[in-house]
Amino acid sequence: MLPRVLSKKDFAPFVQALMGGTSVVGPVAKENKFVFAELDSVADLRMDYPITLLSPKKYVFPQVEALLRYKMGDTVQLEPVVEAPPRVMLGVHPCDIAAIWLLDTIFAGKQTDPNYAARRSQAVIIGLDCNKPCDEYQFCLDMGSLPHRQGADLFLTDLGDRYFVEVLTPRGKEVLDRATRAAQPAAGPDLAARQDVEEQKARAFHRKLPFDVKYLPEILDESYDSLIWEAIGRRCFSCGSCNLTCPTCYCFDVQDAVGLSLGEATRVRRWDSCQLVDFAEVAGGENFRKRRSDRLRHRFFRKGKYILEDYGRMGCVGCGRCDRVCVAKISSVETYNQIAGSR
Amino acid sequence: MSVAATQAIAPAAAESPFLPRLARIVAAEQFTPKEKWFRLVPYDGRPLAHPPMSFVQVSVFGVGEAPISVCSSPTREQAFELCVRAVGSVTNAIHRLGVGDTVGIRGPFGNGFDASAHKGKDFLFVAGGLGLAPARSLIQYVLDKRQDYGRVTILVGARTPGDLLFQNDIREWVSRPDVETHVTVDRPAEGWKGNVGVITTLFKKIKINPSATLAVIIGPPIMFKFAVLEALAYGIPEHRCICSLERRMKCGLGWCGHCQIRNVYVCKEGPVFTYEQVKKLREGI
Repeated sequence: MLPRVLSKKDFAPFVQALMGGTSVVGPVAKENKFVFAELDSVADLRMDYPITLLSPKKYVFPQVEALLRYKMGDTVQLEPVVEAPPRVMLGVHPCDIAAIWLLDTIFAGKQTDPNYAARRSQAVIIGLDCNKPCDEYQFCLDMGSLPHRQGADLFLTDLGDRYFVEVLTPRGKEVLDRATRAAQPAAGPDLAARQDVEEQKARAFHRKLPFDVKYLPEILDESYDSLIWEAIGRRCFSCGSCNLTCPTCYCFDVQDAVGLSLGEATRVRRWDSCQLVDFAEVAGGENFRKRRSDRLRHRFFRKGKYILEDYGRMGCVGCGRCDRVCVAKISSVETYNQIAGSR
Repeated sequence: MSVAATQAIAPAAAESPFLPRLARIVAAEQFTPKEKWFRLVPYDGRPLAHPPMSFVQVSVFGVGEAPISVCSSPTREQAFELCVRAVGSVTNAIHRLGVGDTVGIRGPFGNGFDASAHKGKDFLFVAGGLGLAPARSLIQYVLDKRQDYGRVTILVGARTPGDLLFQNDIREWVSRPDVETHVTVDRPAEGWKGNVGVITTLFKKIKINPSATLAVIIGPPIMFKFAVLEALAYGIPEHRCICSLERRMKCGLGWCGHCQIRNVYVCKEGPVFTYEQVKKLREGI
């Protein structure tokens, strides 16, 4: 489908029209940071945001999600719960689109998670390109997610006075046409301006790894017994902030939340963290990743090796959120550099 | 868009892999203060149709869900059995249940062990402690199809005579002429006339044909390590030493991450592995 352009003066009415039909979430300011939140007003939308604290993963894979409700009495009545509010996710950067695209393979690939699949089917993604790096933590160019589009329905690039609109799916076209009549076919100067952005990006983004990411699984494999993991593990507090902010982390715990009447309960899943000490503990107290270094290595191996081998897609999108929030200032980029350098 | 999508979602919810079937406890017996045995029948009448050495997720309503090995063979399809050690909130709650009570069941999960692919082979079972529960599902299977298999040897170990599980089964195996059974305890009690010592001490009592034998070794990690060494010393190759790994699965579907060993989800690719596989995993035991 051919690209269009939407002038900035027509953009606010476009978002307003989207908000008229469904819930719209987008980047908004929170103190001196940014978060994805439901838009109450178009004026809150901050399309100039660098990166959000949490990724929009939370809308397709919420931190707490009901799977089942049941009533207890003479008989047990079970009811599966699948909640999927229609939603437009606006202003999603390529790294976060790449992360959702990975979750699509995991939860809606060979085996389908009805809860994820339902939320995902109800979510329209309108992406937004990063014309410049968000900050010093990102390494999306290395991880291959900077040019990522797949998973998005529409994809915007800021051309100053207008947005370049890539129409990626029939659903994207339908959403665009319904919400605005002001989107014009992209003409020669628009296409040239889009090219200029690409050249500007090529100058602004730099590689941070000394190797092509396709070698990462093997580099990790060779590092399995390296003392580097022990050294970095000693600095780790096992707080799990890296997992909490990661756009691709999908491990969960399952718990039953019983109502005050004790007659009904909801079975929920919650985000969990492989860095927490009891994550791999079994009944009776045996713990298969007792040491912090074991857990830290497991996380790096999942992101750089296991997920890629199992699903054919990178488990890390290079957004840098884990490094940004790490209390011990453990850096993924530095770790990858270190293990590559120690070979 | 939203209406059509919502309609498409509805049938998916009914087939949710998170939705348990209900099953009724039809028999129960407190084996030891820590271990209780249950026989269950699904309300919908459909058999569990599980392979030996697979597991189910058991829901105690109002408490939660826990993974439990099925300890009976699929050849006895009208009911299935569980032997539960009370260690956590869910398993302690299961212990408070009895005949007539209802639990939820999801599964069966895991690869299990396809014994039909090993017809004609000899079986050596080495089961320590609660490891006898998953092992029993395969022992029953092999004994129910006795003519399909060669020599069957069963070694059972427990800490004390009072910790011995499935004592009726053990008595039956001991009395059968077509099965060789040895039992040992780490610490004897008054009146115990049997063997004393760790389970590996039983190996010297048996004769096995290593080229035709599958060693099924299930028990605590420390027992597994030493029993595998014995089996290997007898000439049984690594790929015919079979074990079952314990992990704490939250979903059983290859997602929640708790049972992951390196890139292997024990709930899907396990819990049954050969020693050859486990050795490569390194974080396995």
